[in-house]
Amino acid sequence: MGKTIIEKIIANHSEESVNAGDITIVDVDATMATDTTAPLAIKSFEEMGGEQVQNSDNTVLVIDHASPPPNEQVANLQARMRSFSREQNTHLYDIGEGIGHQIMIDHKHVRPGQIVFGADSHTVTHGALGAFATGVGSTDLAGIWLTGQTWVKVPETIKIEFEGKLQPGVTSKDIILYLVGKLGISGATYQSIEYSGSATNEMSLASRMTLANMSIEMGAKAGFVDTEGLVLKEPFEHIQPDEDAKYSEIHKVNVSELQPQISIPHSPDQVVNASYVENTPIQQGFIGSCTNGRLEDLQAAAKVLDGKKIHPNTRLLIAPASKQVLHDALEDGTFAILTKAGATFLTSGCGPCVGTHMGIPADEENIISSSNRNFMGRMGNSKSNVYLGSPSVVARSVLHGML
Amino acid sequence: MKYEGNTHVYAIDNIDTDRIIPGKYTKTLDTSIFANHVLEDLDPEFAQNVQTGDILVADNNFGCGSSREQAPIAIKSAGISIIIARSFARIFFRNAVNVGMPVIEVPRHNIEPEDKIEADLSQGKVHNITKGEVYEGTKMPVVMLSIFNAGGLISYLKKHKTYAPS
Repeated sequence: MGKTIIEKIIANHSEESVNAGDITIVDVDATMATDTTAPLAIKSFEEMGGEQVQNSDNTVLVIDHASPPPNEQVANLQARMRSFSREQNTHLYDIGEGIGHQIMIDHKHVRPGQIVFGADSHTVTHGALGAFATGVGSTDLAGIWLTGQTWVKVPETIKIEFEGKLQPGVTSKDIILYLVGKLGISGATYQSIEYSGSATNEMSLASRMTLANMSIEMGAKAGFVDTEGLVLKEPFEHIQPDEDAKYSEIHKVNVSELQPQISIPHSPDQVVNASYVENTPIQQGFIGSCTNGRLEDLQAAAKVLDGKKIHPNTRLLIAPASKQVLHDALEDGTFAILTKAGATFLTSGCGPCVGTHMGIPADEENIISSSNRNFMGRMGNSKSNVYLGSPSVVARSVLHGML
Repeated sequence: MKYEGNTHVYAIDNIDTDRIIPGKYTKTLDTSIFANHVLEDLDPEFAQNVQTGDILVADNNFGCGSSREQAPIAIKSAGISIIIARSFARIFFRNAVNVGMPVIEVPRHNIEPEDKIEADLSQGKVHNITKGEVYEGTKMPVVMLSIFNAGGLISYLKKHKTYAPS
C-alpha cells in the first residue's frame, strides 16, 4: 500500500512499517522548548529521575515568549533554563535571538525528513522543510529528553492542492487563512496535511513556513509543504508521497482569484474577504510572530509604508522573527522605512502575540495582527478584538487607521 | 476508576487553551495561580464556584490551540475530577493523560447543568444519575491507558525508563 509523507517519515524512525491509525514508538531527531514550557519540562524531567538528556546536541531551549522578562518570577524561570542548559550541554538561545521555530530552521537543528517535537504548538512550522514536527506538552518533551523516543499515532492525511498564480499583494498568509476558514478550527484534528500545487512550488521558504505554521489552527498534527521548488544551501532528499497513497480528503483550491483575507474575532477560522470588514477602526497593528515575522514580511509592510506615516490614531509594533531578520532589515533599508513611518521595533521573539507583555491592548481596542491566533484574551486583554491578516494588510490598516 | 460529582456544563465547541488559562498566567510553576485564573475569560465565577470533585462538561474540540500543559494542570488544580467532552483537541488530550487529569471523550450525551454524573473510566461509560441514562465513551489507546493508570507520564517513566517496557 502506498504511503503518505508522514507514513514514510514515521516508518523511517520506527522499527515497524506503519500506516495511518497505527501507534508506534519513534526515535526523535531534535526537540525544542520555550520559556513558557521548558521550566515545567525541566521539573518533569527531574521528577522522572532524569540525569542526562538524550541527544543533548539536538536539544534546543529558546527564551522567546516573555523576552526580556517582564518580572522577577519570569526572570528566575529563565535563569533556571540557562543553568539547566549548562548542566546538560544543550543549546540555549537567549533573549533577542528570535522565535524558536525560526531558530530551529535557521541554525539547521531541523532537516527535511526528520522528526522534531517541540513544546509549542507552532512546531508544525518545520513542515515547510518536509520534516515531521509537532507540538507536545512539557512532560511529553521531558519524556523525550529522558528516552530519546516517544509514542505517536500515525495520522491520516488531507491533501490540499493550491493551483494558480497569486494576485499582487496576496500572499501565502491569505491562502492559509482562506483554508482555515474553509476547513474550520477542528477540520484537520488528529490528521496531517500535505500542501502542494503550482502555487506552493513557487514559494520562498518563508512563505512555506507561513503555510505550515497555521496547520495547527485546523487542529492538524503536522503540515507538509511539498519540497518541490524548495532551495536549501545543502542538497537534501525530497520525500514525496507514493502515487497510490491514501488520503482522507483531497481539496483543490484555485488561488488566482483569491483576495486578501482577514480573520475576525474571536477565532482564527472566522475568515472573510478583507473588503467585507473594511472601515473597521484600528488602534494597533502588529507585524511579527512565527507566522509572519520574516524579512519578506517586513519588506511587504515597507512597500506599503514607504515615504508615508501611519495614521495618528494607531500604533505599529514590529517584532522580527530573529536577530538575523533584524540585521537583514537594517542592511537593506527596510528598518529605516518602517521606523520613519512610525513603527516601533520590539525585541526579536514572540512579542505581543502571546499576550504576556510588550503591546497588550486596552479595552475595546481593535488590533490587526500578522500572527496566528485571535482567541479571546490571546493578546492579554479579553475585552480587546484581534483581527488576523498578512503583513501588507496590517500595514495598510495602520496607514488608514482602519481595516 | 469512577468519578461522581456535580457538573459544570459549557455547551460550546472549541474552548481554547487561552480561555482555559490565559498565556499571561502560564509563566510560573505555582499551580495555585493557574487554579485561581482557570477559565476566567469564559466564566469569571468558575474559579470561585468550583468544588473539589466536580465534573467539567464541554462540547467539541475542547482545549484547542496552544500546547501549554498548564491548561489541564489548571483544571486539575481547581479540583475538577474528570473532563467529559464530545471531542478533545489532540495535544490537550495527551497532556491531560500525562499530568494525570482524567478525561473521557463522549461524542453523544445529554448532560445538562445540575445533572449528577458518574463517569467510569475503566468501563469507558458515563452514567447520568439524574436522567437515568448511560453514554458510551471512546476507548483510549492502550499506551495512553498505561500512562494514565500509572498516574501520569512522570510516574510511568520513573518506573519504566522507556516507552517500550518488556
